[in-house]
Amino acid sequence: MSKLNWHDYAGDRFYDELIATSGDPRPAAKMLCEYLAELDSDELAEHKAAAEVVIQAMGITFTVYSEGSMIDRAWPFDIVPRVMPLPEWRTTEAGLKQRVQALNLFIDDLYQEQRIVRDGVLPAEVLAQSANFRPQCVGIRPPHRVWAHICGSDLVRDGDGTLYVLEDNLRVPSGVSYMLENRNVTKRVLPELFATGRIQPLDDYTAQLYDMLASMSPRAGDEPQIVVLTPGIYNSAYFEHSYLAQQMGVELVEGSDLVVLDDDCVYMRTVDGLKRVDVIYRRIDDLFLDPEVFRPDSTLGVPGLMRAWRGGKVALANAPGAGVADDKVIYAFVPDIIRYYLGQEPLLPNVPSYLCLFEEDRNYVLANLDQLVVKPANESGGYGMLIGPHASREERAAFANLIKANPRNYMAQPTLTLSTSPTLCERGMEPRHVDLRPFILSGESTYVTMGGLTRVALNKGSLVVNSSQGGGSKDTWIVDV
Amino acid sequence: MLSRVAENIYWLARYLERVEDTARLISVNSHLLLDFPKASGLGWSSLVTITGSEALFNTHYSQHDETSVLCFLCGDRRYPGAIISSLAATREALRSTRDVMPPSVWEEVNQLYISVCKQVGRGSIPRNRDAFLNGVIRSCETVNGMIAGTLSHTQVRTFLTLGQQLERADMTTRIIDVRSANLLPRGTEEIMPFETLQWMSVLKSLTGYQMYRQQVKLGVKGPDVLRFLLQDKRFPRAVACCLWRLSNKLRELPRHAPALTAAKRCLAHVTGARVNELAREPDLLNAFIDRVQIDLNELHGEIGHSWFTSFECVDSQVQEQKQS
Repeated sequence: MSKLNWHDYAGDRFYDELIATSGDPRPAAKMLCEYLAELDSDELAEHKAAAEVVIQAMGITFTVYSEGSMIDRAWPFDIVPRVMPLPEWRTTEAGLKQRVQALNLFIDDLYQEQRIVRDGVLPAEVLAQSANFRPQCVGIRPPHRVWAHICGSDLVRDGDGTLYVLEDNLRVPSGVSYMLENRNVTKRVLPELFATGRIQPLDDYTAQLYDMLASMSPRAGDEPQIVVLTPGIYNSAYFEHSYLAQQMGVELVEGSDLVVLDDDCVYMRTVDGLKRVDVIYRRIDDLFLDPEVFRPDSTLGVPGLMRAWRGGKVALANAPGAGVADDKVIYAFVPDIIRYYLGQEPLLPNVPSYLCLFEEDRNYVLANLDQLVVKPANESGGYGMLIGPHASREERAAFANLIKANPRNYMAQPTLTLSTSPTLCERGMEPRHVDLRPFILSGESTYVTMGGLTRVALNKGSLVVNSSQGGGSKDTWIVDV
Repeated sequence: MLSRVAENIYWLARYLERVEDTARLISVNSHLLLDFPKASGLGWSSLVTITGSEALFNTHYSQHDETSVLCFLCGDRRYPGAIISSLAATREALRSTRDVMPPSVWEEVNQLYISVCKQVGRGSIPRNRDAFLNGVIRSCETVNGMIAGTLSHTQVRTFLTLGQQLERADMTTRIIDVRSANLLPRGTEEIMPFETLQWMSVLKSLTGYQMYRQQVKLGVKGPDVLRFLLQDKRFPRAVACCLWRLSNKLRELPRHAPALTAAKRCLAHVTGARVNELAREPDLLNAFIDRVQIDLNELHGEIGHSWFTSFECVDSQVQEQKQS
């Protein structure tokens, strides 16, 4: 059977993560590409099948809703890792730490004095219309003054090779378990390459997460009682909730397992009776957390939870209200936010953004809809977006009306020529677009995962990497060249 | 440990035990039928009776032949006690308890489920019945081995044992009930030569033949088999042995008095049984088994009440908490 020749790989239209325009592997990817070139197509197919068996056996799944019922699907995984050189990663890591540090100061300020609005850096109307600003959180001082303890920022690389931050997920970012499991699968499938010792390990995320959560406990001294709060097995990220609880050795609870009593403390219902809970890593959105304060019809949350949190009797990660900074309009202000709070220039660039809120920007957006990507301020999972170049005339016209009706809710960015990475497809190795989601933990100190979750748009030409819409993922190697 | 998780663990163990016991039951019946003449009247329908599912079976199947019964017991999702259904329930319970169970257990159950779905998931009967049933049994034994070898002796294990032993005791009483009803002497001379064979089959359904021969040196006789299966404290599938182990586990839990009382009551009934009389009188035996099953149900109720749903009086528990 024929072997792989990287010079036949048609990756030249976009920036490719592994293969340079010359057709030769980039230095950090040399080891991997040479290994793959040694395999014939049957052997490659065997590796792919082996990975599928491992994924099925390990039960790595995500849940999708289809016609009213719940289906557990095997996690779509590509065996060819994405590679990044260590020095580039070090710069990226520093940029992420800087960014999240500034964002936390920003959130803290918004719920205290709002100096940034007073000083005219953030327009008052942007804040006034923020869907994720929670008046219930004003005046609260969480431990370490950190609100977004777990952040997942999406990075993309443009045609010229620059890495941009595309968005920050500060509410309940998911994907970290897949990052860890992708590594486990890859280790089983390509063990030879790990023997070189040049691929940086990423094992200690859950230990770091545990330490960070423990550092927030309101009861100093005692061993803190930490729990992961899940909406339940029907949630698409249930696998991850369970995985994290298991890896940290803490209880995985549902809202009905918890109760807040008159002393404002949170207890869980155990076989031994009620047991006090100190720290809750919640994977439920703000609005479902506490029916006494937010949506009264929520059965996922715990009545009285906000009371316990405000009273300092329990710590919540992420803090309610942290999502205010994950608004895509606020996003456009992040470079200014970094300058304002830290007095530093941003190390990682933002994608240039046009805010429909401003008349000049809006006119530009409406005149150039066929070239721009337009996003609503508060949607996630790739929903409600317009990808101008791929949209029909009717879709664009409909979107123009949406923008005119509520300009504050929309922002636009140029259509990036997202980078590709070699992916094993039906017809062999083909380029597919990728992004990267590193995870940043903030507590007493800040920690960034080694690399992150590389998501890949498995459909040819597609730019959508979300698992709910035909996306998959692959292992991410940070390689010491 | 969370009450909700404890309840899931308990059910997980019951379902898993049900999968194994059902596979053993079918396996032994298959072998037994090969030895019997058609005239004996024995057939596949007794399996449906043992599992207490005649009504459901009759709704969906018109014949009591091998194919129908096997389809029903192995791969019919409409029947909650079918191997595939119990296994699906085991897997669902595991999904919500993965954080406390060894990961290898999930992998094994998940694999078994996928394999069972492939073999009998579409209303077919397994192509190689022996290999299929042995695979299921072996896989369940593997899970129990993983639990024995890697799960710490915490409350997780306590609730697993409670579920497993209760389910096992229940299955043993069912088998005694139905099998023996067919067996007991009713004056039909032609069946007599097969009586020993049938008592042997009762033992074999419970994988107890070898252990029986070791402990009871005499031949295979009704009263001895009954005594062994009801009252033996060393054979793992004997009702008394299950209750004995279960009682010991109950003592590890807080507030165990009501459940322990129920377990002791059941144990007293079982150990006090006059097996010679029971072996002679089908109606007495039937009434006796009914009594034991009521005991087991009450025990199940006490377990649920003590540890799964006992939060009506939250405040008194907080008081308890503060004092301890």
